[in-house]
Amino acid sequence: MTDLTKLTMAEARDGLAKKTFTALELTDAFLGAIEKANPALNAYVLPTPDHARVQAKDSDKRIASGKARPLEGLPIGNKDLFCTRGIRTTACSKILGEFSPTYESTVGQNLWDAGAVMLGKLNNDEFAMGSSNETSAFGNVVSPWRRKGKDGKLATDKLVPGGSSGGSSAAVAASLCLAATATDTGGSIRQPAALTGTVGIKPTYGRCSRWGIVAFASSLDQAGPIAKTVRDSAIMLKAMASHDPKDTTSVDAPVPDYEAVLGKGVKGLRVGIPREYRVEGMSPEIQKLWDEGIAWLKSAGATIHDISLPHTKYALPAYYIVAPAECSSNLARYDGMRYGIRVNGGNLIDTYENTRAEGFGKEVRRRILIGTYVLSAGYYDAYYLKAQKVRTLIKRDFDEAWNKVDVVLTPTTPSPAFAFGEKTGDPLAMYLEDIFTVTVNMAGLPGMSVPGGLSSEGTPLGLQLIGKPFDEETLFRTAQVIEDAAGRLPVPEAWWMKG
Amino acid sequence: MQVDEATVRRIARLARIKISDAEAKGLETELSGILDWVKQLDEVDTANVEPMTRVVAHQLKMRDDVVTDGEIADQVTANAPLAEDNFFVVPKVVE
Repeated sequence: MTDLTKLTMAEARDGLAKKTFTALELTDAFLGAIEKANPALNAYVLPTPDHARVQAKDSDKRIASGKARPLEGLPIGNKDLFCTRGIRTTACSKILGEFSPTYESTVGQNLWDAGAVMLGKLNNDEFAMGSSNETSAFGNVVSPWRRKGKDGKLATDKLVPGGSSGGSSAAVAASLCLAATATDTGGSIRQPAALTGTVGIKPTYGRCSRWGIVAFASSLDQAGPIAKTVRDSAIMLKAMASHDPKDTTSVDAPVPDYEAVLGKGVKGLRVGIPREYRVEGMSPEIQKLWDEGIAWLKSAGATIHDISLPHTKYALPAYYIVAPAECSSNLARYDGMRYGIRVNGGNLIDTYENTRAEGFGKEVRRRILIGTYVLSAGYYDAYYLKAQKVRTLIKRDFDEAWNKVDVVLTPTTPSPAFAFGEKTGDPLAMYLEDIFTVTVNMAGLPGMSVPGGLSSEGTPLGLQLIGKPFDEETLFRTAQVIEDAAGRLPVPEAWWMKG
Repeated sequence: MQVDEATVRRIARLARIKISDAEAKGLETELSGILDWVKQLDEVDTANVEPMTRVVAHQLKMRDDVVTDGEIADQVTANAPLAEDNFFVVPKVVE
């Protein structure tokens, strides 16, 4: 039999419908691959084989009785930021200890109600704070991609899978699940997707419920999928999105059938190219990739327009006020009293301080402290309020652009995947990873990363599409044109399976 | 913007995070660097700009004022580091 783990989600769906294989066979193929790969890649922090087999057997029964649901029997990975009923959820932080939620996230529940099978919980940067998956309490995730040396052979230095959804991107790229859940606060879906040759979409703020997802920065956080293809990401988002009375910021609007628009093409579509994204020091190969993307869309019938988003350069500094401020507030709940670890001290304050010093990692502590500073007495107006006003201006830039164009095309990241430790010394260097993605969160817009080609090092590069609020459909059909032109980018060699 | 050690310690106390002397020193430099960098926002004129509060204007929904859950004390305390008879057990607060 062919290797079932190499199928796309759409192909696996067809195979199950035609009864070429069973959901249990499909699930077992992934569980076997995870067992072999995880020691090398560390993509899963908790594989859940027993749980997966129970779900798969139930799916097989439903398929046999003709009652298959949209994602029936399709095995996926679930980022450890999503609460799972009765299954350990840690946000990859020590502070949550062995936390076992008594409830399921709404996005997760939507997926299980659609018939999906959960293979396990995926690694991520601690509380989703990071761009390389180097801040997880469970250790680094290793990208399945390797640089190509001058001799044409794969180099052995380990590359990062991006972050914070590094477990999701690595698992999808290494065929350890058909697709994965992820979250994006400043680029945490799109940047890891770009660095691993996978497709990732952060929908409009409010499209997916945030209920049951461990909060980082509530005005920016949004869930979305990472998948192998544009079609697979459309299948996933359709199932994940919903209006949820339990999240007042989720929007009560119908969720379109994203798959239905994939073949529509881009004839007559107006594509904006923001001049402010031609940043100083951008690598020539990123520029080349961007030019190629423009050429593909043009030859498919789109028109290309120069646009200006004048406040682009202020998005990242404004983000590094808003996100830490909201994080310091959200993470105040981890006090060692109601859940997670407790490290006792001489008095109550000591206990709080010991617990939080021991439980939080370095980057999380740094962001809590910055957030506490900018929110402290006398500084609120100068920092948080100022940043929220700058956000209005960033959003206004886009509102004006939408008078001229339907979609915006940019690179996803300023550079290809980097090796471990290359950017950990200087927090600002790491923050720059998000320079092209963060504006999208600040304005609440949908953004998508789709593979565009390989760098000179043989590693993947992504193109980003930015759309109008709740117009994910335009992103999907434009991304499909890019995918058709660029081709998919499978990992060249499964070195991690060789033991 | 120079953050001194006393400020770092004050912030750490507000955030309820214990820091060592060595950490305090490192944080002085790191926080100063980040705060200097975000200072570039001062270039932007925001005099007549409203702060952003939501991405897409929509009316917040009201729901009926009724109890929709409860009677789950065992679930609420299920993950507590220390619990007894559905109560959280915490260090002594009042002498």
